[in-house]
Amino acid sequence: MSHLYEHLPALQVLVPLMAAPLCFLLRKEALVGAFTVAVSFVCLGISASLLGQVLDGHVIVYEFGGWPRPFGIEYRIDLLNAFVLLTVSALAAVVFVAGPGQARRAIPPGREYLFYSAALLCLTGLLGVTITGDVFNVFVFMEISSLSSYILISLGRERRALMAAYSYLIMGTIGATFLLIGIGLMYQMTGTLNMVDMAERLQHVNHTRTVLVALAFVVVGISTKLAVFPLHQWLPNAYSFAPPIVSAFLASTATKVAYYLLIRFCLGLFGLVFVFETVGIDTLLMPLSVLAMFVGSIAAIYQTDFKRLLAYSSIAQIGYMTLGLSLATEAGVAAGIVHLFNHALMKGALFLVAACVTWRVGGTKIGAMKGLGQRMPWTMAALVASGLAIIGVPGTVGFVSKWALVSAALEKDALGLAFLIMASSVLAVVYVWRLVEVAYFATPEGEIEKKDAPLRLLIPTWILAGASIWFGLFSSFPMRVSELAAAQIFRVGL
Amino acid sequence: MDAQTALVASLCLPVVGAIGVQALGRTAGENVRDAWTVLVGLATFGCVTQLVGPVMSGARPSLWLPHQMAGLGLGFEVEPLGLLFGLVASGLWILTSLYGFGYMRGHHEKNQTRFFTCFALAIAAALGIAFAGDLVTLFLFYEILTFSTFPLVTHAGTEAAVRAGRVYLGILVSTSVLFLLLAILWTASISPTLRFTPGGILDGHIDGDAARLLFLLFAYGVGKAALMPFHRWLPAAMVAPTPVSALLHAVAVVKAGVFTVLKVALYVFGIDFLAQGEVSTAVVWIAAITILAASIRALYLDNFKARLAYSTISQLSYIVLGAALATSAAAMGAGLHILMHALGKITLFFVAGAVYVVAHKTEVSQLDGLGRRMPFTFGAFCVASFSIIGLPPLGGAWSKWYLVSGAFDAGQTLMALVFMASSLLSIGYLMPIVVRAFFRPLPAGEEEGVREIPMLMLLPICATALGCLLIFFYADAAYRLLAPVVGLAG
Repeated sequence: MSHLYEHLPALQVLVPLMAAPLCFLLRKEALVGAFTVAVSFVCLGISASLLGQVLDGHVIVYEFGGWPRPFGIEYRIDLLNAFVLLTVSALAAVVFVAGPGQARRAIPPGREYLFYSAALLCLTGLLGVTITGDVFNVFVFMEISSLSSYILISLGRERRALMAAYSYLIMGTIGATFLLIGIGLMYQMTGTLNMVDMAERLQHVNHTRTVLVALAFVVVGISTKLAVFPLHQWLPNAYSFAPPIVSAFLASTATKVAYYLLIRFCLGLFGLVFVFETVGIDTLLMPLSVLAMFVGSIAAIYQTDFKRLLAYSSIAQIGYMTLGLSLATEAGVAAGIVHLFNHALMKGALFLVAACVTWRVGGTKIGAMKGLGQRMPWTMAALVASGLAIIGVPGTVGFVSKWALVSAALEKDALGLAFLIMASSVLAVVYVWRLVEVAYFATPEGEIEKKDAPLRLLIPTWILAGASIWFGLFSSFPMRVSELAAAQIFRVGL
Repeated sequence: MDAQTALVASLCLPVVGAIGVQALGRTAGENVRDAWTVLVGLATFGCVTQLVGPVMSGARPSLWLPHQMAGLGLGFEVEPLGLLFGLVASGLWILTSLYGFGYMRGHHEKNQTRFFTCFALAIAAALGIAFAGDLVTLFLFYEILTFSTFPLVTHAGTEAAVRAGRVYLGILVSTSVLFLLLAILWTASISPTLRFTPGGILDGHIDGDAARLLFLLFAYGVGKAALMPFHRWLPAAMVAPTPVSALLHAVAVVKAGVFTVLKVALYVFGIDFLAQGEVSTAVVWIAAITILAASIRALYLDNFKARLAYSTISQLSYIVLGAALATSAAAMGAGLHILMHALGKITLFFVAGAVYVVAHKTEVSQLDGLGRRMPFTFGAFCVASFSIIGLPPLGGAWSKWYLVSGAFDAGQTLMALVFMASSLLSIGYLMPIVVRAFFRPLPAGEEEGVREIPMLMLLPICATALGCLLIFFYADAAYRLLAPVVGLAG
């Protein structure tokens, strides 16, 4: 058993990777569903154990095949990526419990196993990107996750889902290509693909134009994946036409992993001094983040579709995360990391609410949600709970994020910036409350039978909605881990 | 019961009450549910009174939770000012519940279970504000109070109610997020602690214009204090059923607002610090303008509840002005006014609701002759009006006395005149109601003779009116409670 324990880093990725083809053997839907959930919970267990091992600040280095760097590929787990691994696998586990949900309609009967294997591959890719200590590995895993997410998105009920998946494919491929070009240039200058070696050698060559160009390619590439304003065009369509379960999964994991990568490349590989002082990327990233906060929130106010509203809200929330990074302080990055976790919880919950709504009324047009407060009380209570979190009401995770981010801004004496953060969160009140009003005060048309979503959907929804309250009241765990992770990357590096 | 148990119990009981109301409302029928509400109300009030002895003798019962929010303390500490507010909120909850049963049944309102559940939650939040030990805890309960009262404001579910709810939530949430939270975070970034400390926590950490801006942020951040121009939520909230207007929008919610301002003035800035650097000058002027403008507006309003709402806005600014004048006497007056105005204004709202339920009249101009039909009701209204105006021997006289002498202490003769002018104006908007009710004849076609309101409603009205009178003679107790906080000799 202890032998297995040593290999947990490899198993973190191998378990879902091996499980994906196994779905083909099991075939029967009930069987595959249970198997996928079991696998995702094993992943959650592994990442929880990994986080437990690195909490004291030491770094796990796992050499594949026993080959040390620079010859072999190594996985490298510090607090930052252990926390992201935990977030991703936890969200995957909760969302997979809900099953394919609406995606089922797009799948020919008897082929549900394909959905599950695509979902597991996507999870593999996301975990792989996060865990690896090798930059080329990052690219490979990113492609694995992206390709499978195109499949998942295209399963949406409307034909426009195909178009959304296609445009995401174009944007995603451009992003990945940019990242690959950047990595190529970095490899050209350093002769290594290992992150530790590369970070060390980049210090000596970062005055060259090649490294500067590499930084540009890498940042733009990752920002495309992260949907940083104005590279966010793919996101609203992808999230709103994908099956709601898929949106829940991707919204709470894919962009989070991209944000992790941005931190890892900017602070770990290129280094704080080079990125923020020499190049001054914050002069670009900060205004873009603020714009994202406002444009995303204002666009969300005018949406007529629930999922699309959530997608625009995501763009705004990503703005908060990148704003944290652009402050280039330990507190700012910690705020970004804790928001990564918090936003995964609340947006996951909201997209699962969208899944429940779709199950009930067949779509997510806001007009169709009239009177749902009486018709599906538990689902709508989850909407209110996670909506309050998005607003940032104290006692919810949103408040913790806001507190951390504004404190970080004030630490830099940026009172104006703090005011802008507050102002943009007032916009969240408007779009969240529009939903609440429709659900509770509008008179429903047609049938008004009280029938809530099945427990299979409702339980995951409430796990996430409950967590976004729980970690709002008792926030010491995520807050502490985020602070430690930020401290590690600032003081120890990588 | 030791003080800490009493503290925990008084915070938990209303929540238990809310859960019980939900459970009983579905299973046991409305009589059991309503009896339960009263029982919980009595128990809560009992627990809060248990705190009086220890606090009077100088103890500060406190409770700090082991888990922490955002790395910040989450905890409670009972000090005299909060205790006074807690007593007012929990004591009047019992009377309002009785009144509410009569009102809601007499008016055949729907969703009564939801109504009384949210009511209990709002009281829990108000007590959380009263006993909050630091700014973050206070902010938490401040927002809970906003959201738990939203279903009460929009209770009718009509288009008008939804619109009013939008104004209510929009102003309260946006001011709290934009200004109050920013002010708290700002405080956190310069001060080593966020705990309420007698004498303040900011002295030496901030000065000059920054301090003035911070105090202004606090004053406007507490939208519940209804300083102009962020007062519009209060008249909008009048769309709620009258028990809500009476307890929440004349007592708990608005008093939570002015209580917060006063608490910030005393425990975050400290009145010495406020006074020395003229930190509060802007707020003094804003409050003075609000007092006069709201009073003048009240003169012209014909809608009964709207007139009372503007009167409330004006009276709230008494307390803000008292806090901003930053003298011991003015702070004492502000603290006393929380109690005095609560007793008076809740009576006035009770009467407005009674008139609506029994006679279906909502406008002041329709009140002709009603005093002779409902002598006790309008007698109580008359007594409470005198208290609001500040005439002895009624409670309002004391708070006004200290406010005015506080203004003189601060060398602000003009502000003393503002208080005086506002008294005259309040005669102008309250007395015509009494005059119409008692001295004008009933409109033709309406039957003469006494037809009082149901006992369940009349008793609370008489009780609060009597309270206005009695508190004049027993104000000493409240004075002794508050004296150490504001720096007066007990």
